[in-house]
Amino acid sequence: MGASVKPALKRESAVGSPIPHDSAHLHVTGRASYTDDLPEPRDLLHVAVGMSSLAHAEVGEIDLSAVKAAAGVVDVCIASDIVGTNNYGPIIEDDPIFATDLVQYVGQPIFAVAATTVDAARKAARMANIEYRELDAILDPLDAVLKESFVLPSETLVRGDPDSAIASAPHRTRRRVFLGGQDQFYLEGHIAMAIPQEDGCLLVYSSTQHPDEVQMLIAQTTNRPANDVTVICRRMGGAFGGKESQAALIACVAALASDKTGRACKLRLDRDDDMVMTGKRHDFVIDYDVGFDDTGLILGIDFELASRCGMSADLSGPVNDRAMFSCDNAYFLENIRILSHRCKTNTVSNTAFRGFGGPQGMFAIEYAIEDIARNLGKDPLEIRRRNFYGKDERNVTQYLQVIEDNVIDEIFDQLVSSSDYRKRREDIQAFNAENDILKRGIAITPVKFGISFTNTLLNQAGALVHLYKDGTIQLNHGGTEMGQGLYVKVAQVVADEFQVDIDRIRITAADTSKVPNASATAASSGADMNGMAAKKAAAKIRGRLTEFAARHFAVPEADIQFADNQVRAGDNTVSFAALVQLAWADRVPLSATGFYKTPKINYDRETFSGRPFFYFAYGAAVTEVVVDRLTGENRTLRVDILHDCGDSLNPAIDLGQVEGGYVQGVGWLTSEELWWNDRGELGTHAPSTYKIPTCSDLAPDFRVELMQSNPNPEDTIYRSKAVGEPPLMLALSAFHAIRDAISDSSCPAPDLNAPATPEAILKAIEASRHE
Amino acid sequence: MTDSATIRFLLDGEVVEIHDADPTRTVLQYLREDLRRKGSKEGCAEGDCGACTVVVAELDADGTNLKAINSCIQFLPTLDGKELLTVESLAADGALHPVQSAMVANHGSQCGFCTPGFVMSLYALYETNENPGRQDIDDALSGNLCRCTGYRPIIAAAKDMYSAKRVNRPNRSAELESIQRESSLHIEHNGRRFFAPLDADEFAALFAQYPTATILAGGTDVGLWVTKQHRELTTIIYTGRVADLRDVKVTDTHIDIGSAATLTDAIPTIVEHYPGLTEMFRRFASPPIRNAGTLGGNIANGSPIGDSMAALMVVDATLVLRVGAVEREISLGDFYHDYMVNDLQPGEFVSRIKMPLPSDDAVVKSQKWSKRFDQDISAICTAYRLVLDDGKVKSFRMACGGLAATVRRAKETEAAITGLPWAEETIEIACVALAKDFTPISDMRASADIRLLAVQNLLRRFFAESERGDVETVYTYGR
Repeated sequence: MGASVKPALKRESAVGSPIPHDSAHLHVTGRASYTDDLPEPRDLLHVAVGMSSLAHAEVGEIDLSAVKAAAGVVDVCIASDIVGTNNYGPIIEDDPIFATDLVQYVGQPIFAVAATTVDAARKAARMANIEYRELDAILDPLDAVLKESFVLPSETLVRGDPDSAIASAPHRTRRRVFLGGQDQFYLEGHIAMAIPQEDGCLLVYSSTQHPDEVQMLIAQTTNRPANDVTVICRRMGGAFGGKESQAALIACVAALASDKTGRACKLRLDRDDDMVMTGKRHDFVIDYDVGFDDTGLILGIDFELASRCGMSADLSGPVNDRAMFSCDNAYFLENIRILSHRCKTNTVSNTAFRGFGGPQGMFAIEYAIEDIARNLGKDPLEIRRRNFYGKDERNVTQYLQVIEDNVIDEIFDQLVSSSDYRKRREDIQAFNAENDILKRGIAITPVKFGISFTNTLLNQAGALVHLYKDGTIQLNHGGTEMGQGLYVKVAQVVADEFQVDIDRIRITAADTSKVPNASATAASSGADMNGMAAKKAAAKIRGRLTEFAARHFAVPEADIQFADNQVRAGDNTVSFAALVQLAWADRVPLSATGFYKTPKINYDRETFSGRPFFYFAYGAAVTEVVVDRLTGENRTLRVDILHDCGDSLNPAIDLGQVEGGYVQGVGWLTSEELWWNDRGELGTHAPSTYKIPTCSDLAPDFRVELMQSNPNPEDTIYRSKAVGEPPLMLALSAFHAIRDAISDSSCPAPDLNAPATPEAILKAIEASRHE
Repeated sequence: MTDSATIRFLLDGEVVEIHDADPTRTVLQYLREDLRRKGSKEGCAEGDCGACTVVVAELDADGTNLKAINSCIQFLPTLDGKELLTVESLAADGALHPVQSAMVANHGSQCGFCTPGFVMSLYALYETNENPGRQDIDDALSGNLCRCTGYRPIIAAAKDMYSAKRVNRPNRSAELESIQRESSLHIEHNGRRFFAPLDADEFAALFAQYPTATILAGGTDVGLWVTKQHRELTTIIYTGRVADLRDVKVTDTHIDIGSAATLTDAIPTIVEHYPGLTEMFRRFASPPIRNAGTLGGNIANGSPIGDSMAALMVVDATLVLRVGAVEREISLGDFYHDYMVNDLQPGEFVSRIKMPLPSDDAVVKSQKWSKRFDQDISAICTAYRLVLDDGKVKSFRMACGGLAATVRRAKETEAAITGLPWAEETIEIACVALAKDFTPISDMRASADIRLLAVQNLLRRFFAESERGDVETVYTYGR
């Protein structure tokens, strides 16, 4: 081409910049609207749910006369009011919206009441007179295994010959360990508001990670076609997986109440009801049996995992599958068996939570690794390195995916050095020899987390970009914003595609009427998929603008350059807005959709083999703790993290994900204890009794770094990597640091269960005393 | 409509008057549902998450006093005579307040739902402390939960908010002065009543007249009766305006605390005289709860897991109880009869708490044991008072919460070791006796057997501290 070479116009790239969250200025002023903040229709009714008080019972007469007679009550809804399907189960239809003849957990919805105020609805919901015939309840996973009570069949994955490898190994150790669940504790509880529209249509504002699924389930429940239901979510006040499948229950109830009353209906769960009624991270009982050699190399390993799924399948199938996929973490396990039980218990149906089974699988292998080290009297660091996946060999997972992007050795090398791990470990040993009450401990743990939905079909995303005549842009895609910064990241991508300032872009709410059939914003995939889809949409429009500009200014397309809010066409430079105006006048279409499907992935669930993951995200953490041997109280002292975000789209946002994920993980493994009594009633159903970390729990010395100059080898959006879930598992280092602190020569491998509450730590110390 | 039935408070410089208010409408409901002022959020409706945090300014002897409170459990009439500041109050003419701009600049919000509450707690800190350290920041934010950030950027914002040009709060003391009342607030609403008497005599007379009334102090428990249990409270008598029950004074013999004094007002005087209670009181709830909650309320409520009572018992605090004009004094040790049953007679209330001043030879210490350092309810709370004479136990008192239906003394244990040498073997004798004193239960906070082990270990720790001068806790270590 004969175009003259001119210096490119300069504009700082939005991608890669630490731009604040798009709503930060709204958050801090209280002007960010969550579902409960939206203007309310004048005829709005408030809904409350009447719940089962028993864990397992046949239901006789449901007498709602007192409910109906209560002040302010307009109407009630029960199962027989449902004209469509009485189910909100996303995969298997075993999740009734309202129980009919059987209740299966304390807190299961039986009916809803719509009243003129929130208080009136909630008061009335307690006035039902329900006849129960109590049945025996199964309240823990081990009891379920014993009674073969499962929501889904148990699954087994075998590679190599684990039995003989373990039997012939020079060393062998086995253990049973209990790993607690976790409540998502999003600060904004579940909520939905349904507003009737003309001709039988329904508009629903829902705090959901999955508007499409809410749309489909409302359609099924209310017996409408999907095109009569619109679901919108601008933002959630946190979700963490808790609003992936179970937001549909709340939205369906609001929709049913709206249909029954013909009025707008809002259901906002009280915090206690939210925690009792909706699912959490699965707690696991983990058994393992591992054979290893003198160097700590694992020769064979056998896992048996029993998870509490609760009363229905919900997402428990894929959650437990991912637990099976994560039992390797960063280690090559040539001879392995994983037996996974998906236990049906008379407790709330457990669901997605950041990591989605991955944390539990990694917890299992990391515990085994630590035990090997403690049995051999070696630093667990050496055992980890001994077993890491190789780059060109020893690089095949138990599900037969070849790992092509392994950087765990590099991360470990850098972190061991930057954290001064070895010297600190020596200092700690010296400190512990001198002190009998306070003990310190340290641990380094890796994370390798597979990115993609394991169900291949979910790996698709759509976006919709509009350019208006004044040169401003509206951006929409199927992803939802729950605080993770997805919306600003995708806006950065679009800003760079047009080479305009990001404030020219209006980010809009996830809306099923704009982008249909969107997958849940889950599996850490939000930016990867929606960023790519939005880029494609923007690129389509830019291509049209380029074609137009070339024609308009009579220059070759190669001479059209978008930069710095301007467009240069040969010797002509016009503002971006001016070009858009010209293009509109020339009848150039200024709106486009974009679609993306993740390449390369394939997976056969029958054989547990294939390439379920497009790539892996890596990271590692060193945590040092201090533990009081008398009280079991503990605190993190110093944290060093090195995490792989590829080439970060927004390092400030990604840093926030890494830091927040780590702290949330520490909460899971230390203070957050879910406690049920022997009637299956959850005792820890509010922040007074369920303790997530507070400000003072953050380590006084907290050093978090993102890996630099580290592009994703796969062709992801600007070579970035997903970051939502992986950092949570960095917190495994905190748990093992605590275990390190309470181990000594008389008890090198204490029997510590998670969460490591003061009570669990005292129990472990006490057990070691009696060994 | 008489003036005595009108709630008046300041909001954004204007006097707001509310007639015929529902006395148990919460400040948060009022803000969100009546004013449609949606910045303050409901995260839990029990004062434990802080998403609803607002700041209340009140006239006091030194001028205006700003405190963060949980609007979700504060009843609207308690605002009478005060200034209310919400997250919407801060940004002036569209410009972010330094607290807000520091939160933006430091990426202190992710989902943003907790953010208005954090902003208000930070704002209270900004107005009351010009150079907070990490400990001050932790304390100020201990009542605010964030599930997204892990707190690092919020702590950074708390340090950074002073770097911008200081924004001074408008002086509203004249307006506040103008809404102070001569006669007490008395609301009648649909057959329900709310009284806010101005002095103890009026309070006593009202309670004698309505002996089944609910006494409302900080509302940190009573608020939940309404928000969680949906109880209808017919008659409420509020202690918050009773000037002569809100004072904290030190006499020649006692710390004398009005039962309506907030914990925030009472604690500094207590820990000044009893430094061994410092950590327990630091862990006692959160600033928004301590700013509203009262020592009298903690005692009169009488929860077996209340934090203050063990310490008060071992120093042999007494309560002044009053019915009408008649007062009597009772040892706190004799006050509780059984689970949530105490010695109060109809119409009688806790008027004052009298803590004897410490004697030079006694060591007093209280410990709290819970899953989380900040803002947690005790699984166990202990307190000790030890007097040694020539290495022997001259006098030993120990009281525990969380181990029985009431907070109570460990009398078997006390007796078992009195007169013995203060030594490890003696502590083991005490540990055996503790098992006779208490038969704890299992619940969500701890199981029975570990509760017993924990209280024994807490005693062992107290011994170690007394022997070694001091043993750091995990909370002080490395800070």
